[in-house]
Amino acid sequence: MDTLEPIVSINNVTKTYKRGDQIIPVLEEISLVINKGDYLALMGPSGSGKSTLLNLIAGLDQADKGVIEVGGIDITVLSESELSRWRVSNVGFIFQFYNLIPVLTAFENVELPLILSDLSGKERKEHVFTALKVVNIEDRMSHYPSQLSGGQQQRVAIARAIVTDPTILVADEPTGDLDRASAANVLDLMDRLNRDLGKTIIVVTHDPWAGKRAHTVKLLDKGVLSDDSQDTHS
Amino acid sequence: MIVKILIRNAFRHKLRTSLTICGIAIAILAYGLLNTVIDAWYAGVEASAANRLITRNSISLIFRLPLSYREKIRSIDNVEIVSYGNWFGGYYKDEKNFFANFAVEPNSYIKLYPEYKIPENERTSFLKNRRGCLVGKKLADSFGWRIGDNISLISRIYPGKWEFVLMGIYRGKQKSVDETLFFFHWEYFNEMIKKSRPFSADNVGFYVIGVDNPENAALTAKTIDKGFENSLAETLTETEKAFQLGFVSMSESILDAIKLVSFVIIVIILVVVANTMVMSVRERINEYAVLKTLGFSGRHIAILILGESILITTIGGMVGVMATFPAARIFSYAVGTFFPVFNVTKETLLQDVIVTLIVGITAGILPTWRATTIRITDGLRKIG
Ligand SMILES: Nc1ncnc2c1ncn2[C@@H]1O[C@H](COP(=O)(O)OP(=O)(O)O)[C@@H](O)[C@H]1O
Ligand SMILES: [Mg+2]
Repeated sequence: MDTLEPIVSINNVTKTYKRGDQIIPVLEEISLVINKGDYLALMGPSGSGKSTLLNLIAGLDQADKGVIEVGGIDITVLSESELSRWRVSNVGFIFQFYNLIPVLTAFENVELPLILSDLSGKERKEHVFTALKVVNIEDRMSHYPSQLSGGQQQRVAIARAIVTDPTILVADEPTGDLDRASAANVLDLMDRLNRDLGKTIIVVTHDPWAGKRAHTVKLLDKGVLSDDSQDTHS
Repeated sequence: MIVKILIRNAFRHKLRTSLTICGIAIAILAYGLLNTVIDAWYAGVEASAANRLITRNSISLIFRLPLSYREKIRSIDNVEIVSYGNWFGGYYKDEKNFFANFAVEPNSYIKLYPEYKIPENERTSFLKNRRGCLVGKKLADSFGWRIGDNISLISRIYPGKWEFVLMGIYRGKQKSVDETLFFFHWEYFNEMIKKSRPFSADNVGFYVIGVDNPENAALTAKTIDKGFENSLAETLTETEKAFQLGFVSMSESILDAIKLVSFVIIVIILVVVANTMVMSVRERINEYAVLKTLGFSGRHIAILILGESILITTIGGMVGVMATFPAARIFSYAVGTFFPVFNVTKETLLQDVIVTLIVGITAGILPTWRATTIRITDGLRKIG
């Protein structure tokens, strides 16, 4: 990771929400570059637009203005169905509440994103096993989410996020619902994904412990992005 | 995997799903039974033959026609057989033992109704024995009558005790044939009338006419009526079907009411299933958003929701259809001879299937629309 190769570049992005006839500005002319292999934390007070920015990068929502390039593709010009297809192979999602499908086992949850790929059944199984091994939860693979602890569910969710080998991993408050020990476990796992597997990670958090793990911390406040005053390289 | 999710989703709330399935089953059962009741009403129409005409007094059914018309009708072109009879209005032992009974000219009548299957020996002995009677299998069974039994009927119209000997039991060639009828010799009937009220003798309530070809039926009916214009008793001739429809139309408002109830049942069940689906989908809106996040399309979501709705209604529909047969049998037994023919038809089953599918699809449309159109970010914000 010595050569700095931009993987995400955001240029003058503006985003507003409409509530009734009221227009709520959330992001104003945001610009940001994230390099390949980076581990970036977006921090800031609640309601400052962290999730909104993350969703824009992940192609879940569309910006009003500006350009967002991920892996060399301008995703702001993609249609909704193109974005949907783009997400399958480019973005791995980790949510605060894990968001596993309750009627599927851990194994099936991890397999889910692969259904949309053109891998054979056998290849899919291999990928799922690999991902489960990375997060170290193979022994629980036939459990349903309700039979797992929060930390275990989040590890399954991380397996689901990495199983497609995406360009970027995005995580919105991944430790927000976990106790200290489970949170540390999940953060260790994310460290490993970044360090050993070279994954580019963008994490939204207001947990200082989580922030400390990142290489770069950006502060978002009232729609404006700034560098963290005290640099927290790990 | 989509199918796996669909099926597991359907049975996620076991109680809710079971109750919904029960509701659908009961509704489809009720719908099927009501349909069968309507069919039973039209059974006479269904069973009518296109080559048979019924001639009666043009004033009303209770007025009679002279027996002498027989020869004149027989001489008309295209007429092959002429039979005749009287409504007897008799009952067995108790007035509530109601069934249709007629005095008919037996030779011609049996020829006109080939759908009555009578064993050869019974047919001959019925025709030979002037006091003999011929009854349908269902009727004989309901009173436990056997061949050779003496049966006496009391009539609301004709006084006295009427004694018959059971000579034949007929079965229907098709399921649509009424097996609750009672026939006896018109000759015997007329002799008794001659004794008690001679002025009424030699009159028939109706003629049944066999035409050589159904295509000639309408024309022949017209020719018959024209032949008796301006005579003492003018006639009204119609096809057997029209005649039977005339009976049905007397109860038209009841039938309309039944049809309305059927429709209301469908609407209610639609609301029940739609409510279940709306509830389920609202609870899972976050999951559908997750699926979309992972790249699943609106089409996948639609398959999930519509499929679940159709799965639940189909199971309920199947239970309802299976329950219809025993229920119809019990119902038919309970109402006795009131509905002589009470069969669940293929058409009824087909309608059950169509109604089930329509309900399943319609109930899923609104939640599908909601789940597919909601923006992913909004869906994700709704924590289930
Ligand atoms: N879908 C939406 N519709 C309307 N307003 C929204 C929507 N999503 C976010 N907002 C608003 O945008 C602002 C930023 O939200 P968010 O990005 O979730 O903040 P954060 O993640 O930093 O807490 C908030 O004021 C929030 O109410
Ligand atoms: Mg947030």
